[in-house]
Amino acid sequence: MRGDAGFPVRLRFAKQGKVRFISHRDVARAFERAFRIQALPIAFTQGFSPRPKVSFGLALSVGHESDAEYLDVECAEPVDVEALPAALTAALPGGIAVLGAAALADRAPALQEAVSVLEWELEVTTSAGETPAPLAVARLAASALAASTLPVARTRKGRESCEDVRPAVRAVEVRGVGERGVCLWAELSTQPIGVRPGELIAALGGDLVELRARRVAQWIERAGVRLEPLDADPRAAVEARAS
Amino acid sequence: MSSLWPRIEPLLAGVEKPARYIGMERGSLAPEHRPDAVAWLLVYPDTYEIGLPNQGLQILYEILNERRDAVAERAYAPWVDFEAELRAHDVPLFSVDTHRSARDFDVLAFNLSAELVFTNVLNCLDLAGVPVRAECRAVADLLVIAGGHCAFNPEPMADFVDAFVIGDGEEAAGEVTEVIAAWKRGGHVGGREAVLHDLATVPGVYVPSMYEVEHDGPRVVAITPRYPDVPERVDKRTVADLADWPYPKRQLVPLIEVVHDRLNVEVFRGCTRGCRFCQAGMITRPVRERPLDQARTMIVEGLRRSGYDEVALTSLSSADFSGIDGLVASLVGEQAGCGNVGVSLPSLRVDAFTVGIASEIQKVRRTGLTFAPEGGSWRIRQVINKLITEDDLYAAVEGAYSQGWRRVKLYFLVGLPTEMDEDTLGIAELARNVIAVGKRHTKQASATVSVGGFVPKAHTPFQWFGQNGVEELRRKINMLRDSLRKSSAQVRWHDPEASFAEGIVSRGDRRIGRVIERVWREGGTFQEWSEHFRLDLWLDAMAAEGLDPAWYVTRHRTEDEVLPWDHIAAGLHRDFLWHDWQSALAAHGLPDCRWTPCYDCGVCTDYALEHVVASPVPPAGGSQGTGQDLSRGGSVPVALLPARSAS
Repeated sequence: MRGDAGFPVRLRFAKQGKVRFISHRDVARAFERAFRIQALPIAFTQGFSPRPKVSFGLALSVGHESDAEYLDVECAEPVDVEALPAALTAALPGGIAVLGAAALADRAPALQEAVSVLEWELEVTTSAGETPAPLAVARLAASALAASTLPVARTRKGRESCEDVRPAVRAVEVRGVGERGVCLWAELSTQPIGVRPGELIAALGGDLVELRARRVAQWIERAGVRLEPLDADPRAAVEARAS
Repeated sequence: MSSLWPRIEPLLAGVEKPARYIGMERGSLAPEHRPDAVAWLLVYPDTYEIGLPNQGLQILYEILNERRDAVAERAYAPWVDFEAELRAHDVPLFSVDTHRSARDFDVLAFNLSAELVFTNVLNCLDLAGVPVRAECRAVADLLVIAGGHCAFNPEPMADFVDAFVIGDGEEAAGEVTEVIAAWKRGGHVGGREAVLHDLATVPGVYVPSMYEVEHDGPRVVAITPRYPDVPERVDKRTVADLADWPYPKRQLVPLIEVVHDRLNVEVFRGCTRGCRFCQAGMITRPVRERPLDQARTMIVEGLRRSGYDEVALTSLSSADFSGIDGLVASLVGEQAGCGNVGVSLPSLRVDAFTVGIASEIQKVRRTGLTFAPEGGSWRIRQVINKLITEDDLYAAVEGAYSQGWRRVKLYFLVGLPTEMDEDTLGIAELARNVIAVGKRHTKQASATVSVGGFVPKAHTPFQWFGQNGVEELRRKINMLRDSLRKSSAQVRWHDPEASFAEGIVSRGDRRIGRVIERVWREGGTFQEWSEHFRLDLWLDAMAAEGLDPAWYVTRHRTEDEVLPWDHIAAGLHRDFLWHDWQSALAAHGLPDCRWTPCYDCGVCTDYALEHVVASPVPPAGGSQGTGQDLSRGGSVPVALLPARSAS
């Protein structure tokens, strides 16, 4: 979708508070309305029903919060990238805030393929809603990391299957006690197999349930280096190389 | 007065569409409640997705919040899963704006847009912690107010609603606020009786407890006020000029998808086409068109601030807006905001000219067009006063298929007065001909035929008509389905059992309140939803109350019978309605009075009102029965049609 002499821009945004209950699709529609409110010169697809050229990164489940969501939007002409965060935040629902914007190189790899690691902050309770013992949770985390496999049950196309998500769990550790539960920090891969926070918590065992989940960072890994998606494919760098 | 959000939030984890309960729409407000301001909780008694776009509720929300003596927030009926959570955790009904408990408000005000939502009103009252029966409420309980089209027959809800506002609410809401504010300031002196008595003297307000109902056997024989200063007849409120009320100014933009999810700008209120089955057309007279410039400003401003890329010009028949040419031309010529803006006319008139307008404004996403001929033969269309000829319809669909539409949807009613099987089979004939027209243009031509069972409504010429029973409606629908089995028309139909339950309530009297309460107590909420509708609950409740469903639903009424809504006036003279009913039985049509001489239905003369039009010439394309050439458009001299006799 990129190229065609357009001006792609990557945005980072947060989704926090009550607004976490809206779906990925609802967020997409809110952005489309915000672009129109601010009269951003969005490029449209050709054809019978033109659509704005916007592509989102990994979906965030209903109910999860995030400090690090991304989307790429293609503008038909250059825009003041510095001014975008404030302008768009004003036009978006409360709780969705655009934290950063960067002009993107033409044909930069799509977010969904490029992002390979996610960092999460999780809060867990027991199924009865009680705060578990932090040490017990820490032991469960340690034994999960020590295990060679971590099987989780998944339903795909109505069929139950069992998949090993151990390769996706790069780190998980207790970070303290929150308002109602124990706080965990986890680093999870997205490929070749991913794992959802709820699946990780179930795999830890010990009658834990997810109370809150917040995505705190997404990373693109290239040649052993971690790049924040806003910095991964800057437009200027490509132009500099071309000249 | 604190927010219930901390108690609500944990309950949202497992429910369907939790965003129904978070509010946060663009345009929503977080008003500060003050002791000297009357706090209104405006409740739409159906799901958020159905209720959020309701224009009446949004208009009152803005008008009340602009006042110094009022604040207003909104609530919607919680879906069954969330209701169970609320009840299990003892959380009351709450506002979506600031998540305040309903108990923190002074007034619960309901929009009654359909009869089958009435059980949801009781459920919301119960969730709010208010005794459902008005007579059981104490001074500390909220005042329960209702308005909307179904308030024109308030009797079935008389046991539960303290006061009804009949007609347009823009002015009445303020006057009701002033009465309640004075009562609040005075320390509720005189109790509920005092404030209800005062409310009963506000024009357009009906307080059922101020009236005695007398029965003779099953019949109502009189409804009379208990005090001399309470009016014998409550006349509806009508705003004389829509130009004074450019609302909503900040239409709410929901975060999740809702029905009519677009900018909606009301271009006129009222309708004078005179379709005899249509309660909305009868009770909202006269026609009040919005000035062209104001409509344009509301559209342009609304698109800019909402970010919507679609605007609907709303009314009961938007192609009849006398300024439609100019409005459409200026919208199409303009690039409003970024991207392509779609314009839609939710109710299309059945003629080629209207399709021309539709084609001009729907440059993109040209998928389906909807027409409502309503009746299958010219004879029955004269009975219902929907004066569309077959040629009008074929010209309209010819226009649609030739300009790129591939599918048309046709709306019909069955169970109409004087209906014979040939009228029903005429629907199939029309559908087959429509498809044949389409096939000349595209192989993919298709048509959907939607059939609803007719339910007679109060304040219409058909209020005396005995509705078709479940079996009769089912027989007609099946006959139509059989007749169209081999065609490429798709038939969709409304459940005749739901039409029957609607019929119990739509012309019900005060005794139907007990029935509604029983249905609610048996768990019968969301009766508008086919997965929750249960006719057996209604029939069992009727039996338990010793009431005969046939007496209410399928019985023809006589001219001398006191109707349960006779003390409520929509401005239409009873003589006019009866005469129009007799004309219907004789299959005589009646033209649109906006462009032809007045036939004195009573509304303009009694209320000293006039039709307000945006343009001095009739809409291009004309209106029904005015003798204009519908196929060409333009302003043709207006003349009455020679009376057509029934064939």
